[in-house]
Amino acid sequence: MIDFGFTLSKSSTVDLTTLDRSRYDQLIKLVPTARMCMNCGSCGATCTVGEYKGMSVRKVLYGIQRGEDVKAMLSSCMLCGKCTMVCPRGINTRNLILNLCKIYD
Amino acid sequence: MIDRIPSGFHPFVIPFLVGMAFVLLYCGFALLRIIHQLSWQDRKKFFLSLITPTTIYKNIRDIFANCLLHIPLWKRNKLFGYMHSSIAFGWFMLIVLGHLEVILFVPGRINLFYYPIFFNYFVAEADETIRGSLLFFLMDFFLLIVMSGIAMAMFRRIKNHVFGVKRMARPTFLNLVGLYSLWAIFPLRWLAESFTAHISGGSFMTIPANWLFRQFLGNELNMLPTWWAYSFALCIFMCVLPFTRYMHIPAEMLLIPMRNAGLKVRNSRKGFAKVEVFACPNCGVCIDACPMTVDNGNVKDCTVYLTRQLRRNNEERIQEISDKCLLCGKCEALCQVGVEGPGLRILERARRDYAVPFTYPATDKAIESRKVLYFAGCMTHLTPSIGRSVEAILKKAGVDFTWLDPQGGLCCGRPMFTAGRIAEAKSIVANMERLILESGCDTLLVSCPICYKMFRENYNLPGVQVTNYIPFINELIDSHKIRVEKSDICYVYHDPCELGRGCGMYNEPRQLLGRSAGIAESAHNREESICCGGSLGSLSLDFAQRENMTKAALNDLYTSNADAVATACPLCLATFARYADRPVKDIAEIVNNQII
Repeated sequence: MIDFGFTLSKSSTVDLTTLDRSRYDQLIKLVPTARMCMNCGSCGATCTVGEYKGMSVRKVLYGIQRGEDVKAMLSSCMLCGKCTMVCPRGINTRNLILNLCKIYD
Repeated sequence: MIDRIPSGFHPFVIPFLVGMAFVLLYCGFALLRIIHQLSWQDRKKFFLSLITPTTIYKNIRDIFANCLLHIPLWKRNKLFGYMHSSIAFGWFMLIVLGHLEVILFVPGRINLFYYPIFFNYFVAEADETIRGSLLFFLMDFFLLIVMSGIAMAMFRRIKNHVFGVKRMARPTFLNLVGLYSLWAIFPLRWLAESFTAHISGGSFMTIPANWLFRQFLGNELNMLPTWWAYSFALCIFMCVLPFTRYMHIPAEMLLIPMRNAGLKVRNSRKGFAKVEVFACPNCGVCIDACPMTVDNGNVKDCTVYLTRQLRRNNEERIQEISDKCLLCGKCEALCQVGVEGPGLRILERARRDYAVPFTYPATDKAIESRKVLYFAGCMTHLTPSIGRSVEAILKKAGVDFTWLDPQGGLCCGRPMFTAGRIAEAKSIVANMERLILESGCDTLLVSCPICYKMFRENYNLPGVQVTNYIPFINELIDSHKIRVEKSDICYVYHDPCELGRGCGMYNEPRQLLGRSAGIAESAHNREESICCGGSLGSLSLDFAQRENMTKAALNDLYTSNADAVATACPLCLATFARYADRPVKDIAEIVNNQII
């Protein structure tokens, strides 16, 4: 194969037969503003631990909507609140993370 | 002086005795239970303080000043001060003088518990001597004082605003029963003593009333029913007391010695916290103080309702109330009793379990070794103008410094701490401590008051002096390392919660601001400063819900007619800047612009 210097990312097709959205539904009940996320990524860009652990609320939200495991990201959050401050949609991201930490088992 | 009832007993004293026995037993058991709930170190501390002369003196002085004379309340509000101290001190004097009467005139009856309370019924011609008439005069005088206080309390229920209070906590049914029985006790006592005054004698309140009643009512027939009614009023009040706000009377007398012994709240449901919760008199000062209650919203989330729900063990509401609070600390600063609203809430948050454990995102970045280590903190990185200004000032002053968190960096642990994840916060603290100590600095300079409070209270940094940038810059000016000239812009200084109420720093920022600009004061400043609404203390308040709070805080700052707003907290700066109609600046920016 010719090396173009880049590759296509791995396919991550959403499999609706095995998709578990129960945690997301639970979260929406506790933190209704979570639905307002438009995936702009401000939270990840400003995140203090993003630099070390790749934490991003956008990725967390995206992940649990697709039934992925986001525990590693959640466990590194220091709750500093910068993501809440920069969120253009006014999502209470700290409350979102705390509630996810509670319901994630 | 004649002891006119040979047996020294009448059935009407029974309701009083029942009430008294109930309240004493209840409080006695509650006391034992609370002492049992204390940790053994706390218990030892408490008992030791009870036999230490200095704390004994302090306890007596504080109980007199706070529970009886209500001196702190006088300082805040004269009308309230009079209302409360007249009832408390007046009632206390009635009891003391009642005992004195018994000791002086019928010393054989002092072992009868009820004699001082119903003295006038059991004696005759007690005012014949100088001593007797003086005591009767004093009794009538203090009864008048108490009744004037009761009259004010009744008036207050109708016209609250005259007392400068906008909102009160909604009374529960039992609170109303307690209130009305308390109101009834003293007029009934006056009536009973008046109907008996032709037998027992009396003074300026009772004798004219006795004469007046004789003209159209007759005294003999009314005498016993009113004594019965008086006794029943006392009985009802004492029987409902443990379940109403009036529990604050015995609880505060326990709270003061416990606080003087140096006890701290460790568990929001046990021991010392329980005393604080019961000592809340439900006055509702925290409702007007709370920044969340703007436009009458969130009233039921104030500290007064937290203590109420804690007494009821209403888990759902306790969680809701503790998660919503901004932890600005104003309710605690204004509370007459000293209920630690924010502290109780943090401990409530600490009771939750989290399924996902916290792992510290480790960093191995070595820090350059310099004299001064500047920690900007997360919020300053969102408002980099502050960090840049501090850096510029330090460079101009020739300070040997480096950044602890040059690129985004780390969190001090305060947000984790206020979220109630104490152990997790401790792991952040431990890592930060290591990083700071390894750098070999001798001063840690902090520009964010949220971090500053955390460093001051929760860090152990031997050999490192933790300082806020405000005293540090003041020091630089004092030692002529930098010179500032005064600009002609007038700023109103907003006291950030964590710096003012949190660290008690009120004068230094004003001194520094005064050196570089004009300064004005708003209607509510210093310990009454209103939270900007951006606080990270609140877990559940959404962004949209905070807008009115920020606007209300700004409107209060605008009362000063200043050209611009100055603050010393990056979070206040970011929050205010969003809605303010005039410039909002951090003190560091102002000083940096005025350096010559």
